[in-house]
Amino acid sequence: MDETYNYREVQGRIFDIQRYSIHDGPGIRTIVFLKGCVLRCLWCCNPESQEFGIQTMTVAGEKKVIGEDTTAGRVLDIVERDRPYYRRSGGGLTLSGGESLCQPEFAKALLYGAKMRGINTAMESMGCAKYEVIEELLPYLDDYLLDIKHTDPQKHKRFTGRENNLMLENAARIAQSGMTRLSIRVPVVPTFNDTVQEIAAIAAFAGRLKNVYRLHLLPYHRLGQDKYEGLGREYRMKDILPPAGEKMELLLRTAREASGLECQIGG
Amino acid sequence: MKRYTIVDIPKPERIGRLVDHLYARMPEIESARAVLLTESYRQTEGEPMILRRAKAFEHILKNIPIIIREEELIVGSSTIAPRGCQTYPEFSYEWLEAEFDTVAARTADPFYISEQTKKDLREAHKYWKGRTTSELATSYMTPATLLSIEHNMFTPGNYFYNGVGHVTVQYDKVLRIGLEGIKGEARELLSSLSVADWDYQKRSSFLEAVIISCDAVILYAERYAALAGKMADGCADEARKRELLQIAMNCARVPAKGAQSFYEACQSFWFIQQLLQLESSGHSISPGRFDQYMYPYYKKDLDAGRLTREFAQELMDCIWVKLNDLNKCRDAASAEGFAGYSLFQNLIAGGQDAQGNDATNDLSFLCIQASKHVMLPQPSFSVRVWNGTPHEFLMKAAELTRTGVGLPAYYNDEVIIPALLSRGLSLADAREYNIIGCVEPQKAGKTEGWHDAAFFNMCRPLELVFSNGMDKGVQVGVRTGEVEELTTFEQFYDAYKKQMNYQIELLVNADNSIDVAHAERCPLPFLSCMVDDCMKRGKSVQEGGAIYNFTGPQGFGVANMADSLYAVKKLVYEEKAFSLAELKRALATNYGRGIDADTAAAVTAQIVSELAKSGRKVEEDEVVQILKTVLSASVTEEEKKRYEEIRNQILAVPKFGNDIDEVDEFARDVAYTYTKPLEQYRNPRGGMFQAGLYPVSANVPLGAQTGATPDGRLAGTPVADGVSPSAGRDVHGPTAAANSVARLDHYIASNGTLFNQKFHPSALSGREGLEKFVALIRSYFDQKGSHMQFNVVSRETLLDAQKNPEKYKHLVVRVAGYSALFTTLSRSLQDDIINRTEQGF
Repeated sequence: MDETYNYREVQGRIFDIQRYSIHDGPGIRTIVFLKGCVLRCLWCCNPESQEFGIQTMTVAGEKKVIGEDTTAGRVLDIVERDRPYYRRSGGGLTLSGGESLCQPEFAKALLYGAKMRGINTAMESMGCAKYEVIEELLPYLDDYLLDIKHTDPQKHKRFTGRENNLMLENAARIAQSGMTRLSIRVPVVPTFNDTVQEIAAIAAFAGRLKNVYRLHLLPYHRLGQDKYEGLGREYRMKDILPPAGEKMELLLRTAREASGLECQIGG
Repeated sequence: MKRYTIVDIPKPERIGRLVDHLYARMPEIESARAVLLTESYRQTEGEPMILRRAKAFEHILKNIPIIIREEELIVGSSTIAPRGCQTYPEFSYEWLEAEFDTVAARTADPFYISEQTKKDLREAHKYWKGRTTSELATSYMTPATLLSIEHNMFTPGNYFYNGVGHVTVQYDKVLRIGLEGIKGEARELLSSLSVADWDYQKRSSFLEAVIISCDAVILYAERYAALAGKMADGCADEARKRELLQIAMNCARVPAKGAQSFYEACQSFWFIQQLLQLESSGHSISPGRFDQYMYPYYKKDLDAGRLTREFAQELMDCIWVKLNDLNKCRDAASAEGFAGYSLFQNLIAGGQDAQGNDATNDLSFLCIQASKHVMLPQPSFSVRVWNGTPHEFLMKAAELTRTGVGLPAYYNDEVIIPALLSRGLSLADAREYNIIGCVEPQKAGKTEGWHDAAFFNMCRPLELVFSNGMDKGVQVGVRTGEVEELTTFEQFYDAYKKQMNYQIELLVNADNSIDVAHAERCPLPFLSCMVDDCMKRGKSVQEGGAIYNFTGPQGFGVANMADSLYAVKKLVYEEKAFSLAELKRALATNYGRGIDADTAAAVTAQIVSELAKSGRKVEEDEVVQILKTVLSASVTEEEKKRYEEIRNQILAVPKFGNDIDEVDEFARDVAYTYTKPLEQYRNPRGGMFQAGLYPVSANVPLGAQTGATPDGRLAGTPVADGVSPSAGRDVHGPTAAANSVARLDHYIASNGTLFNQKFHPSALSGREGLEKFVALIRSYFDQKGSHMQFNVVSRETLLDAQKNPEKYKHLVVRVAGYSALFTTLSRSLQDDIINRTEQGF
């Protein structure tokens, strides 16, 4: 990187910073949530992340502004406050969203800055951008937590708003690069992808990729429900219950068999 | 060289039954000790007090009823009723008599008491009028001290009305040479004295008292040997018969002689632990480094093939159960402050040895296992953590935390050892510290630490700043001027410091008065023969016989005061958002929420006193009129709105606990207003005062006596717990809170600090959850925090959190793939989590 690169001043838009996160990459982590997403997943638990624009959401009866323009330097100053915990646990910074790739310059500044400060980096992302954009980040990214939601392009489109071809292709290229430790994350959403066949197909795809570290099955939950109301939107998954424990165990066995990878439930 | 294995041992079947038996009934008050004590005192009028104490102890141990409970392997019970308690009228008794008819029905720690017991105690109490330590202590206190106690500025209640306890003795010495060995030392010292020595009278009486006390304990053990033998004779069950015969053999040998086996060492330990608490009523008599002093006996038997790990575990489990058989009845108010029948017998595992090597051994692991098997509040189990602590050990400890039993507490060698060095301990002694009671570090067998000397409410002096030292119409504090006239923050802060310093002086006066009373009326020869250098000096610990002497009263409300003073600085002096006059009125009306009956009475008293001062005589009728006016004087709607606005402005100011440097550095300075002045005072035993920052559970009842504070806290609500942030004010999760708390000076609060965190069990789920939890502890300790304990929440707590979200803003729960703050979740998700709580990990 160019000596004159001043990552501190790079601007971006976030909607939350969550410290002591323990299921989003190795160790104890601070998650920075970037605002703006390319997908519109029906079950999304952070609907306030989807729009890039700054919004107002009603939280516990009070209006709250969602979205803050800041700089990579300011964000990293907060991230750095938990350095003692990263040191002891092997943790660090995790970028999440939204889709961090929607703000590539900002994401790069954050990852680069973290590495300059000796902090481990991870990113939760769908890989939904041109590969050139992703490639720019890989030198500064220790862990890529890549979402693969479905193998069927049409069903993917019905539930997320876009087909999955680009994402699957990027998954292969990220794996091929060997520049980051790649984990595959699968949200298990009833009515969308919770059958043995669908999970087996995703797992088989992950199994064919090179160098995949782990496969995570993340059971659907209803954390986001109230937020839809707060944004004046309709929650279209209202009647969907979280998958039962036994079901998850069955799918875990399925994933193991189909992928041959180290698989787990949860992050 | 590894001195441990980490293989778990299953819970012995016996343990569940022992626990069930112990908890079958409400605990009961018994009168035997009080009656025997009084009989003896009547016989020994006019003799030296130390000998009277020894003879009374002897009379009690000769005659008090004894019992071996079903299936016990370790024997020795102070009461016939399981978890019963004896009483200690030599310290105080009037409160008990006053509560005879309510003690069984009260909510906090009820005790059954029979009519016969009441009668016996009433009879015994007749003797004690004018003879108790509390009466003598009262007569030593200055009027100003008594006034401050009456006005709840501080509460020295613990030692004022009870024995001191709060000590760890030389269990190792008793295990090694037995009480006969100690008696031998006393005899030798006696024979080295000359009758013409200037201190012959005191020293010889003390040494004689030691001999009498040791003989009494040996005799008591022999009574148990005889009882076990008799029970064996009549026992049809062959297995139990063999156990009883073994018990008989053990009790015939220990604690008279040095222990020859691990089993004997366990029995010997127990008699000492039990009888220390029968000698005086002090709580927090702490077993200390059990894994260290028991290890040689364990290792020897194990190597010789005489002992299995399983049987060692069963014996330790039995001791853990027995520690819950001891009990103590406190007065109703204190029972609230120490809720849970707790005796705070702190037992600690791990840490370093005197040379600075890691001391973790197999027994350290068995200690964790024992707590897991019995799942009871006693012992208060603790672990020491330093940079060299094995990871496996911390992981096992974390597994215990995950059960939700609230144990162990974690202590940081890297802070505590230097803190103790700064208080004059030798390096070897500091390295061998253990914890007394809640969080108080000291060196066993050398220290009389008076670790729980008082509760000091740091919020009350701030109230005095607003009233120019008046409380309920009486001048309780110093005159620091009308608050409206304090024109700079420095003046305001200075006024607070003046009020603090004055109350601290009175606190010292109270503690030293009580200290002298204990030395004069209740020296304890049995306890003293196991604390150096009492024997050589020929005086009890109460009279200054210990090598290290301290008095440690604990302050609490640091977070409230930091937030309050910071808000005043910001809003009153910098932003001029409102005046002190306005704030004063806002506080007096509880931020416009109006006045309850108690506050109204206090305001009335204030008005009457001011009228009287101005030379007006106030008739009773007029007082009633004033009270009526005060009660009906509702705050106007306009005022209400204004005070709510003030409170909202205050709530918006940054608070301690959120990892904000400016606030946290301010909090550090505020804590010094308590910890620094204390250091300059001395106690009658020749030691110094040292501050602790922890409230036990007194932050709730004492908060009820505290008016609204400028941090937005409403009148009567709890004050912050320990050095933790005010409940619900820390909103950035556990790492931010821990960073803030670590920024306080934990070294100077060398009597201990207490930091509580709450977690949902799912935050500790799986191997990875435990790893991260352990990393959290390590990281807080890297930043020089001293103590940490965890409340892993139950289903009940989560239900309460749904009802009262403001109390649980910092509660972390795991939601499917990630962790979140519980109160920010939707109701349906909260329900999901609550339903999941019981499912384990």
